[in-house]
Amino acid sequence: MKCDIVLAGVGGQGILTIAAILGKVAVAEKIHVKQSEIHGMSQRGGSVFAHLRLSDKPIFADQITAGAADLVVAMEPMEAMRHRANLSATGTLITDQTPLVNINDYPELPKLLDEIRALPHSLLLDTTALAKESGNPRNTNIVLLGAIANFIGLDPAIIEKAIAAHFASKGQAVVDAAIKAFQLGKDAR
Amino acid sequence: MPTTKLLLGDEAYAQGAIDAGVTGCYAYPGTPSTEIMEYFQGSKQAAELGIHRQWSCNEKAAVEEAIGTSFMGRRAIACMKHVGLNASADGFMNSAITGANGGLLITVADDPSMHSSQNEQDSRFYGKFAMIPVIEPSTQQEAYEVPAYAFELSEKYETPVMIRFTTRLSHSRADVVVADAPRPQNAIKTPSNPKKFVLLPAIAKKNYDAHVAKQGTFCQLSEESPFNKYTDGADKSLGIIACGIGYNYLMEAYDGKCNHPVLKLSQYPMPRKQVAKMLAECEKILVIEEGMPVIEEMLRGPFGNEKILGRLSGALPRVGELNARAVQLACNLPAPELPAPSDNLRARPPRLCDGCPHADTYRALTETCQKLGDAKIFGDIGCYTLGALPPFNAITACVDMGASITLAKGASDAGLSYAVAVIGDSTFTHSGMTGLLDAVWENAPITVVILDNLTVGMTGGQDSAALGRIEDIVHGMGVPSEHIRIITPLPNKHDENMAVFEEEMKHRGISVVIARRECIQTLRRKTAAAKK
Repeated sequence: MKCDIVLAGVGGQGILTIAAILGKVAVAEKIHVKQSEIHGMSQRGGSVFAHLRLSDKPIFADQITAGAADLVVAMEPMEAMRHRANLSATGTLITDQTPLVNINDYPELPKLLDEIRALPHSLLLDTTALAKESGNPRNTNIVLLGAIANFIGLDPAIIEKAIAAHFASKGQAVVDAAIKAFQLGKDAR
Repeated sequence: MPTTKLLLGDEAYAQGAIDAGVTGCYAYPGTPSTEIMEYFQGSKQAAELGIHRQWSCNEKAAVEEAIGTSFMGRRAIACMKHVGLNASADGFMNSAITGANGGLLITVADDPSMHSSQNEQDSRFYGKFAMIPVIEPSTQQEAYEVPAYAFELSEKYETPVMIRFTTRLSHSRADVVVADAPRPQNAIKTPSNPKKFVLLPAIAKKNYDAHVAKQGTFCQLSEESPFNKYTDGADKSLGIIACGIGYNYLMEAYDGKCNHPVLKLSQYPMPRKQVAKMLAECEKILVIEEGMPVIEEMLRGPFGNEKILGRLSGALPRVGELNARAVQLACNLPAPELPAPSDNLRARPPRLCDGCPHADTYRALTETCQKLGDAKIFGDIGCYTLGALPPFNAITACVDMGASITLAKGASDAGLSYAVAVIGDSTFTHSGMTGLLDAVWENAPITVVILDNLTVGMTGGQDSAALGRIEDIVHGMGVPSEHIRIITPLPNKHDENMAVFEEEMKHRGISVVIARRECIQTLRRKTAAAKK
């Protein structure tokens, strides 16, 4: 297996949680992993992204080559489009449809969403609604993790186990909601 | 049994140092090096082993503390970002002349593309300048393995060794195989030559001669280094020298199957025999370096050389981080055409957090400056540098750590009235204090605003050496009590804070205003931790 994923969002939205959970899965399953992120000037409210690479063979570069990503996964539609050039010809763009508007010149949303729908392979999700349905509105990133699970060729049960471990310290209710969010994301079309 | 851990390059290096018997880690926070010390601070093992793991007040102090530990025969690492090496350059350069006793690793993380920095200087130049071995790991696994090797080298040849990271290795996680038990720390053993660390000219000259005499050995070590590797290839139309993580991009571009001779170069000085072999056998040489064209420039010579390709020849971009696509293009490999950027994109720059105390300070300060007319605010390094951007457009300069105070004083000396400096609490103790003493000495009519958010905010909330000491420091340095003012930057105190700024700016002598309110992020974390 091999899966190169670009994760994108706005600082504070929780894309690194997705990366952290999949990274743990990789180590547990003895799959090679490289996950690169930009820290630094707090970036709160600014664009952020991370590259996550999983493979059963050794991985060379920490960054995904432009035009070679299997997935671009974003918490926000404009941030998804920012990384479109990373996608391979067969790659899929998965994003939440809800914009995070913290700038004065945010583009017209219908145009932006139309552009995403016009891509060869894209999936627009209402993660806000699905997270609410899971019982914890903060689970939007876990909904996206569910959507990712359909593409990476790993047993979803293994990822569920990692989610449970990740949230274990926060109590069973939080774990249950996260698992539900994961399943809702996996079934979303 | 060795285990596999998911570690950042910085973390792998820290664990490698622990497993190699380090006695002390000394550092000042700076992206992308911060996580080395943070790993020590979070490590139960480091605590049990009694390893020193407290932040230093600046990089110069960190390097000197590490030299002191090395003097005692024990192993030390000093860690900083690339511009931090400038601040510590005096200690660093002269550590090459004292030489090391216990293993001494000067660890520097460069930031090409300036993700969180004001320049992209390449620390390998400093290594060459100091004439010491430099090792730049290519992978997280190498980052883990480097300390054991480099400490041995440092002790055997009595030299500090520079370890160079770049952003993408520091801040990328990978699966790393780590040992199960650390090597014991060295016992105390002061240098056999008791005068070796006394750099009086007569002694320094002898030390320097000995250091110069080691250069051939350092070169031979690079020829034999486990971190360098010459792989022959059938197609000699091109030979490729791939430095540090440049090697990864090369392998990525060729999917591991490069048919050209390749020199993976991670230890310097440059292994001359291997490079000479490639020069003799190949028609052209491509040098792939993350950072500045250090090796390329050496091979190219001052007048250019068509045989040598790289960042100077235009084969690779002159500035910024490397990536596999740039290497694909430089090697004439097929690279997919990329779509033009969408018309629906807008910049989303970082900004001060909602509720940030700096924002309230800037609102009161800029309004006061507008009221008084010809005033300029000189900034410094921290989150508050974002005050240069809208909506504040507050600061007029930001150069290097601590420079706000001295820039303001210089501008005031040159005739500016009113000159204001804004500086964070940690930046103040890093290198603002000495500048303040200059201003006190001349009673310069400047106002220094110390933004005291009780932490090192920009790098993620590390402890600040200034905590609870600022008034004492400022008073001790000679700022008159009546011109040390403390304000609370909150929206409901806007008017009274403006009044304080106006009074102190109008005062024709040195004044300090301490704007104190905790960083909203550290406060949030503490509140969350307290709930648990």
